[in-house]
Order: sequence, then structure tokens, then C-alpha cells
Amino acid sequence: MEVKMAKVQVLNANTRQSELIRPDLAKRPRPTEQIIQAILLACGAISILTTLGIIYELGKEAWLFFGSPEVDLIEFFTTTQWQPSIGLFGVLPLVNATLMTSFFAMLIALPFGLMTAVFLSEYASPQMRGILKPILEILAGVPTVVYGYFALTFMTPLLKSIFGDAHVNIYNTLSAGLVMGVMILPTVSSMSEDALNAVPRSLREGAYGLGATRFETAMQIVVPAALSGIVAAFILGIARAVGETMIVALAAGAGPNFTFNPFQSAETMTGYIARISGGDVAYDTPDYNSIFAIGLLLFLVTLVLNIISRRLVRRFREVYE
Amino acid sequence: MNLSRQGHLWLATRHRFARIWQGIFLFSTLFALAALTTLLVTVINQAFGLVAVENKVAPSTLADRPLEQLSAGELEAILRDRLNSNRIRTLERNLGPLTDMPQERLYTLVLENVVRPQVVESFTLYESLTQRTEIITEVANNHPQAVIEWRNWLHPRFITTPMNPQPELAGVRTALLGSLYLILITMLIAFPIGVGAAIYLEEYADHRSRFNRIIQTNIDNLAGVPSIVYGILGLAIFVRALGFLTSGAVFGVTDSNGRTILSAGMTLALLILPVIIINAQEAIRAVPSSLREASYGLGATQWQTIWNHVLPYALPGILTGTILAMSRAIGETAPLILVGASTVIFNDPNGPFSKFTALPIQIYNWTARPQAEFRHAAAAAILVLLAALLTLNTAAILLRNRFSRR
Repeated sequence: MEVKMAKVQVLNANTRQSELIRPDLAKRPRPTEQIIQAILLACGAISILTTLGIIYELGKEAWLFFGSPEVDLIEFFTTTQWQPSIGLFGVLPLVNATLMTSFFAMLIALPFGLMTAVFLSEYASPQMRGILKPILEILAGVPTVVYGYFALTFMTPLLKSIFGDAHVNIYNTLSAGLVMGVMILPTVSSMSEDALNAVPRSLREGAYGLGATRFETAMQIVVPAALSGIVAAFILGIARAVGETMIVALAAGAGPNFTFNPFQSAETMTGYIARISGGDVAYDTPDYNSIFAIGLLLFLVTLVLNIISRRLVRRFREVYE
Repeated sequence: MNLSRQGHLWLATRHRFARIWQGIFLFSTLFALAALTTLLVTVINQAFGLVAVENKVAPSTLADRPLEQLSAGELEAILRDRLNSNRIRTLERNLGPLTDMPQERLYTLVLENVVRPQVVESFTLYESLTQRTEIITEVANNHPQAVIEWRNWLHPRFITTPMNPQPELAGVRTALLGSLYLILITMLIAFPIGVGAAIYLEEYADHRSRFNRIIQTNIDNLAGVPSIVYGILGLAIFVRALGFLTSGAVFGVTDSNGRTILSAGMTLALLILPVIIINAQEAIRAVPSSLREASYGLGATQWQTIWNHVLPYALPGILTGTILAMSRAIGETAPLILVGASTVIFNDPNGPFSKFTALPIQIYNWTARPQAEFRHAAAAAILVLLAALLTLNTAAILLRNRFSRR
């Protein structure tokens, strides 16, 4: 019975095929298919709308901010007092604090991240990788507010006990930066490891064949070959450090402070945004607009860093694939 | 002869050097493990320990059993006995009649209004275990009225009681429910849109077309935008510009502005959209093209092929990516601060247009306060949050295993 049906269908198909020669029957219009495709395209376009929304909103409010008579673009980037409520708009204290916390973060994340990546890709046995990789993934999945708690209840007391209670403020950029380094470490290590793994085996075998030790192979052959990928990982790490909010909001201190002392409290750009918007900030005040100006700065900096990082990744992929 | 001996020595040095560096590499890898362990120990250390409590009225004078074991009727009797009629009336006006209340709620009321415990000093787990005698003498000197008791800051009641201005009575019920609502809304928005976008980019888009390349680059860039920038976007668009919609004003809700669960959920949805899209794209890309060609060969249309063959095959990968995105959304704090999560909320959220608080916001708020008791409550809340994340990730792994076996 079923065989018969199938035969009939084949016959039908054959006859239809012979009819298809007529050009006006070449393709049946399928409105449902087209509607579905349009809906899916709309889903994809939402990401464009998000970007446009970010640029438009940040740009508009920042324009209002810089357009207001009290704010001067040159003063904004050169003076060292940030007190919007009394008309002092020098963004340097915030930028300086962001740079300091990011620097301390990279001090931890760079060496430890790179060495972890080298160990995982060049030394570790599959069993060891099976244990260590999930640990790094858990570390990457811990919410940043928990890291903030960790900075305040563990790192700051530790720094106090090492450097003396009197020298170290409860809120300081060093504590926030170091904990941020732990947070960024998994990002740096997993991206660097990808870069190291992409280096062809033949390069390593060539080095071993010439009598190089494992360490010499790793540091003189594999790491240089993967350098652009590793640099990309570092840059992405910096971008994450610059944009990180909760750790600095909790542990670096509230209140702009232009200082190079790592034991002093200083507010970062993100910390400022979080503090100002924490209360019910009234719309269209200098405070409200300044959030957007700083947000725009933050967006542009991280965007540029991300683009550079992805360019570098693409380059090392092109070389080896 | 001399030269080869030198060479041999040099080789030994090189090997020693290599071994030392291997040790250094291993050490720095273990640094991550040490950091994770320290973090967990720090949190657990704060979440349990001794406290010195001063009660306005000792619970032993109220009943012969621990108060928790009393029935609803007995607790109600204590309240009516100890409080004057005005206070009872105020309570009933705010919370409903006492007779209808569950035992749980009455117990909290008795604590809040009659016993009125006050934690005067609190200790970490490590201190409590190693310096018990010193603690007892110290408390006896400083607070002669106080009773020393063991306190698990993380206990079942902590999860079921709402927020309270007093740290020793506070719970995370409101925050936990807020987080659940938030995740529900976020996923309802982000999952279909994200998977839809991934299908479009992988199955329909012509990669030579400029427009589609822009979409792809744009998604990659959005994945790197700091979460606080999404918060600013949410504040400007969902809270302010679309306030009439997100406050529920068009649906007749009047007691709210745009700072609602809906606004926050939409903001988080935008935030995790790139993560979902990128993961779903990878899952769809891994579907062998022979599967599609077989389907086309049998005369299926493109959408039939996607719906019946590509998506089922890619589903485990898509779901795993989605759950990872979800665990990111649960822990996200900064955008919620911007969108206006409030911390002084004592009632459960009752819909998309209600004001809200969330677990990470609660942790942030408690951590930022100077009193040590709030630090303990924050630690307990962190344990709840980490447990939720662990559950989600386990679910992701189980789901992946189950689907891939089929």
C-alpha cells in the first residue's frame, strides 16, 4: 500500500517536473517563508538599534552637557576637580582612578593569566586540564558584586595588616584593582590559551627536534608565534577593567580624588556613574547629564579597545589557518 | 673533550631552568584555585558565627518552649497580651487581621514588636571556633545584658522572610522573588530574539552583503560594551522615554514610575542578547550541511528545514549558551542600579509594573553599609546567589548531556 503511494508521488513529481519547464511556474511564491525571514531579519536588526540607541542617547545628553555654559571641553579634559554640583567639571580625577585600578588589575591578570595559559596549553595533562579549566570558568562566573564584597572584607584588611592600618584607607584603589585582576584573570588566560593552541604542532616539534627544552620551546617559539593573540587578550582584559563597576563602587571609594597614592580612596568613572544614579537622580540636572558624558567616554574607550583586540585575533587566525 | 663537558654542564643548567619555570607556571595556575578558595572561605567565614544579642524581653518569659515552635494561636495571644490595642490596630491595618496570618509571619511580628532583639556584637566563624572563651569574657564585660548565641546567618527563615531594616531580622525573600521575575522577563524577551537573530545570520544572511556584515560586527562589539553603559541606555530609553509603557500607565497602573521590573528586564535582555546570539550562532554553525541538503532534497522549504532539522540538532548548544547568559544576567548589578532598583522594598513584587529589588542589589546595599551585622547578612545572601548560579550551571550541563545522548 505504502509502496503504491510512493509510486504515485514519484509519478506526480515527474509530471510536475515536466510542467516546470514553463517559466511562470519556476518558483511558487511562499508568503509565509518571506514573513518569517522578515521577522528574523528584524531580530538581527535589534542589535543595530541597540547600538544606535546607545550612540544617540549618550551623544544627545553628552551634547547637552558640553553645550551648557558651565562646561568647557578643554577644561573637562585638563582640570583636576570634579564637583558637578558646584560647577567644577574636570574629568581627570575619575580617569586617573580608572587608570590606577585597571593598572593594578592588569598587574595581576597579565602575568598570572599568561602563565596559566602557558601551563594549560604546554604542560598540563588532559586530566589536569579537566580540573583546572572548570575552576577558571567558575572564577569567571562569579558575579562582580561578590568580588566587591571580597575586596572589602578580605583584600582591604589584608593590605591593612601588611602596610599598616594608618597608611591604608578602608576604601582604596589598590584593593579594588587587585581583586579586579583576579576577576579578569580567566578572560586573559582562556583567550591566551586559544592563541597558544592555534600555533601548529609542527613548530613545537621542530624546536624539540633541535634539542630545545619544553620551557625554551614554550617561551621562544610558541609564545612569540601566538603574540598577537596574547596581546589581544591583554587589551580585552584592559577593556573589562575599565568598564568594571561593582568592585570599584564597593571598594575603591566614593568621592572623586586626584591622587596617585594607591592606598587612598578615589572614585572611578564607573563608580561615579553608579553612585550618582543610585539615588533618584532628577532628570536634566548637571549630575544627570554628566552620567551620559562619562558614559560616552567609557563607551568609546572600551569600543576602541575591543576593536583593536578583535583585529589582532583575526590576524593570528589568518596566519595559521 | 673540554668543550663537550661544558656543553653537558650547560645542558644540566638548561634543564634545571626549565624545571624551575615549570614550577612557576604550575604555581601561577594554582593561584586561580587559591583565589577561588579564599573567596569562598571569606564568605562562609562571615555567614556563620557567634553573636551577642540583647533582647528587650527575654523569650523565656514569653513561653516555655522556643518561640519558633509555638503555634499561630499562641503567638497571636502573645502579641495581643504584650502590645496595646492601638499598636495591634496599626498592625492589622497595614498587614491584615492577625488571625489570618501564617505562623511564620506572626513569629516575625513577635520578634519585631515584643522580643526586639538587637545584635550588639557579631563574630566570624573562625573567631567563634578558636576564641570562644575570649569572646564570652569580652561580651560579658562590654554588654552584661547580652546573651551569646550561635547564629547561622544563612538559614531557611533568611530565604522566606522579606527585607527588614534590622539586619538580624532581614531576609532575601523580596530580593529573590525580584530576581526570579527579572530573569523571567529577560529570558522571555532575549531568548526568541537572540535565537531568531542567530538563525537569520547563519541561515539566511548573505555574508557578502554589507548590511549583514555590519550586523555581525555590531553584535561582536556589543558583547564588549560595559554593562553600566547598558544601564545608562535603559535609564534613558526604558525608564524615561518609554516611561508611559514601562510604568504600566497605559494599562491603568498609577502608583509607579518607569523604574519597574519591566524596564530592568528589558535592559538585561539587551545586555545578554549578544551572548545568546553568538552562542546560538556557533551551535547552528555546527549543524552538518548534509542534514540541510537532505531536507531540501526531500522538497522541504527553507523554514521547514530550519524548524524541523537545524533547530532540533542545534538545541543543546543553544540552550547551554542561553543558560550561561542567564547566569550572567542573575549576577548583574550595575545596570539595575542605573535603572533604579530600590533597596527599601518590603513587599513581594506583584507584576511587571511593580518596583523591585534583586539579589545582587541587596548584596551591594548590605555590603556598602558600615555595620558588621549587614556584612554577615550580605555573606548569607551571596551564598544564596552562588547556590542559584550553581543550580543553573548544573542544569546547563545536565541538559547538554541529555540532548547530546539523544
